[in-house]
Amino acid sequence: MLDAKIPSGPIENKWTDYKGHCKLVNPTNKRKLEVIVIGTGLAGASAAASLGELGYKVKTFCFQDSPRRAHSIAAQGGINAAKNYQNDGDSTFRLFYDTVKGGDYRSREANVYRLAEVSANIIDQCVAQGVPFAREYGGLLSNRSFGGVQVQRTFYAAGQTGQQLLIGAYQALERQVALGNVTQYSRHEMLEVVIVDGKARGIIARDLVTGKLERHFGHAVVLCSGGYGNVFYLSTNAMGSNVTAAWKAHKAGAFFGNPCYTQIHPTCIPVSGDHQSKLTLMSESLRNDGRIWVPKKQGDNRKPNDIPVDERDYYLERRYPAFGNLVPRDVASRAAKERCDAGYGVGTSKQAVYLDFASAIERYGKIEVTKQGRDANSATHEEIITLGKQVVKEKYGNLFDMYEKITGENPYEVPMRIYPAVHYTMGGLWVDYELMTTVKGMYALGEANFSDHGANRLGASALMQGLADGYFVIPYTIGNYLADEIYSKAISTDHEAFVEAEKKVADRIHTLMNIKGKTSVETFHKRLGKIMWNKCGMARNEKDLQEAIVEIQALRKEFWKDVKILGEINEFNPELDKAGRVADFLELGELMCKDALLRKESCGGHFREESQTEEGEALRQDNEFMYVAAWEFESESSWKLHKEALNYEVIKPTQRSYK
Amino acid sequence: MEHYNMNLNLKVWRQKNSNTKGSFKMYRVENISSEMSFLEMFDVLNEQLIEVGEDPIAFDHDCREGICGACSMYIDGKPHGPWHGNTTCQLHMRAFKDGDTIVVEPWRASAFPVIKDLVVDRTAFDRIIQAGGYISVNTGNAVDGNALPINKDKADASFDAAMCIGCGACVAACKNSSAMLFLSAKVSHLALLPQGEPERKSRVLDMVAQMDKEGFGSCTNTGACEATCPKEISISYIAQLNSEYLLAGLTKE
Repeated sequence: MLDAKIPSGPIENKWTDYKGHCKLVNPTNKRKLEVIVIGTGLAGASAAASLGELGYKVKTFCFQDSPRRAHSIAAQGGINAAKNYQNDGDSTFRLFYDTVKGGDYRSREANVYRLAEVSANIIDQCVAQGVPFAREYGGLLSNRSFGGVQVQRTFYAAGQTGQQLLIGAYQALERQVALGNVTQYSRHEMLEVVIVDGKARGIIARDLVTGKLERHFGHAVVLCSGGYGNVFYLSTNAMGSNVTAAWKAHKAGAFFGNPCYTQIHPTCIPVSGDHQSKLTLMSESLRNDGRIWVPKKQGDNRKPNDIPVDERDYYLERRYPAFGNLVPRDVASRAAKERCDAGYGVGTSKQAVYLDFASAIERYGKIEVTKQGRDANSATHEEIITLGKQVVKEKYGNLFDMYEKITGENPYEVPMRIYPAVHYTMGGLWVDYELMTTVKGMYALGEANFSDHGANRLGASALMQGLADGYFVIPYTIGNYLADEIYSKAISTDHEAFVEAEKKVADRIHTLMNIKGKTSVETFHKRLGKIMWNKCGMARNEKDLQEAIVEIQALRKEFWKDVKILGEINEFNPELDKAGRVADFLELGELMCKDALLRKESCGGHFREESQTEEGEALRQDNEFMYVAAWEFESESSWKLHKEALNYEVIKPTQRSYK
Repeated sequence: MEHYNMNLNLKVWRQKNSNTKGSFKMYRVENISSEMSFLEMFDVLNEQLIEVGEDPIAFDHDCREGICGACSMYIDGKPHGPWHGNTTCQLHMRAFKDGDTIVVEPWRASAFPVIKDLVVDRTAFDRIIQAGGYISVNTGNAVDGNALPINKDKADASFDAAMCIGCGACVAACKNSSAMLFLSAKVSHLALLPQGEPERKSRVLDMVAQMDKEGFGSCTNTGACEATCPKEISISYIAQLNSEYLLAGLTKE
């Protein structure tokens, strides 16, 4: 059994006690300690900035041309915090409870409580940095609701919350660069971790412009490299999002936790054809006002506005009256799939459901009329609709514009068509309470780790976790480790461990380039994505998963025999970069299927067809599976399973109900 | 929306690296669906090139949903192409018709040297931010988020400026390669908030100095930046920048 090193004592005191007793590094020693941060999204930028402020010598690496482009920037809806500004009954405990329940009782209580505890500090920090959150006319911060929750605790900046938070963290990071505390390496990709005497001591990075390999020493390595949703080829992730850094860490000894836990987000723009390169999310915040429905009649080809209300099935409101359209993501996604599979889907592909704003527009329009001091019945229908559209535009304008650009349809007039898509991975590198992986001195933060969201993440919690880890957790926990490293002098990058690691990377790149096969990297990626989506996607079963494992193994073999990469090694060569990433996805995919196969229960985003209630709801098997599956890499296609038992001391797990 | 397929001619800038001269090259793509995005059409072209053994065209792109600011193609004489308030990745092929010839170039500005084909180096923008595009607050120092109410109109105006994605289209559109719209958006975002007040003067002076050092040109108010900005950032922020700069210069101690 793995030990997460959770501090003893009541849950509400654990973090305070930890902070009061962890080791500290004095300022003169901090200057001598070097920290490498991989990735510059919310977790990486906030960690690098905060560690730089403390006085550590920090190096950041990102594959994009600037840290500001990390995919956190695309997060739309908001960030949760237990501020209780709305006086609606929120508290640290309630945010903790909602997150544990939302995660279907597969997350670690102590981590989640800490997350809820520091959530309020995040908002304060961001406001101080100049993040322009939405405000009310009184000048105070505004909130909205998100799925799986009955309070309003989500802070937002229109539909661009991720962008604004990332720019805040990016600016804090650039300030540290200007002050000389952080050195920034853009268009660089980490390709190996260097381990000396069992401790992470550096990395091998490739300069993506020149193709040259570089050696970098660090007393600690902090991985903030995001999630691996692109293993499915089509996802809401950015094109460059990848598992490579985390996968290298995994192969160097870091255990991988719950790899099969994938979040399929219910409201994305449906696939339009084979050319599709990525999928676009429509923020969950839209479910505050949009109503989801399909026709009551199978194969109904009428236009949506021609279908009368009593011939529509608002299936979420019907099945889950208590939460309605605001059920958690996993529940909403499965319900959409169920309707489409049963033949009620809409649009040309029939793989879509409607998200309709007509009633919200009318409701807001009437409110606007009364705000003008008039009786709502005195206004014409057109007047009401015009006013209502203005309100909806203010709330979701950028999302509506985006939808129209992609589909060519105007969502103010016709309902949006949406379908679930891969969005986030709850699984990731296994970390203990201090966010350290099973390799000493190597940490994983944000989406790259597994710890806080269990089997399903609630909306507006990813931004919260990334920033909590970076601003408020790692600055304490890394000190507890580095305090014992003050006698460790920087290791020369001529050390044999660096030489070996570099050779390993160079050999692999040479092998890839010399295959000179016939099939493009993109083709392999698409084929892998199809296997993953069909057999390890929204619903999984034993037979499909077993088949998928065999298919992935075969595909991987074919890749290493037949991949075609043009260009040179020592130049700007995006095809080569992509080939390395797809090669890693081809290994990860197999592990995800193995993990999914082992977990013969349904929980959160992992729905095993063999384990459901009579009503088709997910059925957990707590007696057998109340643990984190942490996989140790042994050799190709071979992993050893370790378990971390999940002990619920505060919250009593029950079958989740949103009815 | 009616969908259709089209055949297109593409005239694309090819340049091996920053040390070699580039030139245009003609390509043809067929059966392109009007539902594709512009970059998906480029994916098709690149797959075609790989098939025949020609080096695929390098271009920057990442989120493909109009927010990361990575994509940067100069299409038919306009940064990000023909649609208003739009990024290259959100441009869709229904903007074109069968038989069209489309010209695609990189951003052209001496402060944005070409790395390869359509990829340019925009790290000058990072250095401008480093010169002062932030509020100096260390983690852990913050007061309660609601301790300081902010007038909604001001907060909204600040947000409108903060929407800048740092893509550099404003520079590419400008005949002087000026970065004033980018700079003014950051200066205004922070100057409009009370949190930005303490560093208000030094910020604008230092950032302008860095912009000049990077080799961006001056602003002559042609408005091409505003017309091309994918986030529709208003040129009025340049007026705000000018007044901030003037005031800071005059009252500097």
